[in-house]
Amino acid sequence: MSSQANAAVTSLWEGGRSPYAVNSKKFGMWLFVVSDALTFSALLMAYTYLRVSTPNWPTPFHFSPSIVFSSIMTFVLLSSSLTMVMGVHTMNHGNRKATVGWILATMAGGLAFVVLHLREWLNLINNEHITIFGNPMDVPLFGGTFFTLTGLHMTHVICGVIYLGIIAAGVGRGKFKAEDVEVSGLYWHFVDLVWMFIFPLVYLMSARI
Amino acid sequence: MSHEAEEAVAAVGVTTKTFLNVWIALLAITGLEVFLTYEQLPVLIMLTALLGLSVIKAMLIIGYFMHLKFERFSLFLSLFPILIMCIILMLLLFLPDSMRLVHMRLAR
Repeated sequence: MSSQANAAVTSLWEGGRSPYAVNSKKFGMWLFVVSDALTFSALLMAYTYLRVSTPNWPTPFHFSPSIVFSSIMTFVLLSSSLTMVMGVHTMNHGNRKATVGWILATMAGGLAFVVLHLREWLNLINNEHITIFGNPMDVPLFGGTFFTLTGLHMTHVICGVIYLGIIAAGVGRGKFKAEDVEVSGLYWHFVDLVWMFIFPLVYLMSARI
Repeated sequence: MSHEAEEAVAAVGVTTKTFLNVWIALLAITGLEVFLTYEQLPVLIMLTALLGLSVIKAMLIIGYFMHLKFERFSLFLSLFPILIMCIILMLLLFLPDSMRLVHMRLAR
């Protein structure tokens, strides 16, 4: 029995078959997601390290507008993940028109997130006088880590919106297949996933109580 | 539905209702996080609670939205143990040092 099991395992890995049962595009995206997750982990670790080790760490996030805005941004991003997963679902059923609609809804969520985030940035810069180089609380590393981390995430969201636009156009013309939509979905969910750590560790941990 | 589409749906094995339930769970956990923020807990307890809730949210997103729950286990084993180990190494190496630093600064 065990020799039969061994033979089955060996044959899976000796070539000619996909041991993961996923196509190369999807596997490539998974590898990208894991490597990018390490980048964000390092940045989040840097922020958390400074947050814990600095007794006078700034807490500029008032309930209104900062926490309210970032909570709405979380809702928008989670909802855009739901519309994306619906897009993948309808594409698996072969309904291209509905898929384009769901992807466009996802893009709208992404754009709303970027607009809200920029408004939140402007609030910090104009009202709290926090920039990437300094702030009135005299903890310049706060601005440095905050804008780097959230800026990199916002760049990912903007790239995601452009990527989804290309996929939606391709699906509408009958060019892309279900696997292409699923791969773009993986990227979008990853962007959502990163925010699930940025929101509590950056915003909630530095909220003004 | 084409044969390929049927295969794809069978492989994914989840319904719209499952996605909706996951979305509601994610929103509920987010609400809990905001509620905990205003409970005035010590920094380290707050950090642990928020990190724990975020990990649960991450598992839901990776498992259901990214479909990893329905992929072969070999894919998970190739991608995630090393990522989790790297993150744990970062936590173990840096976080104790940040706590040492804050005590030194407060003692001055």
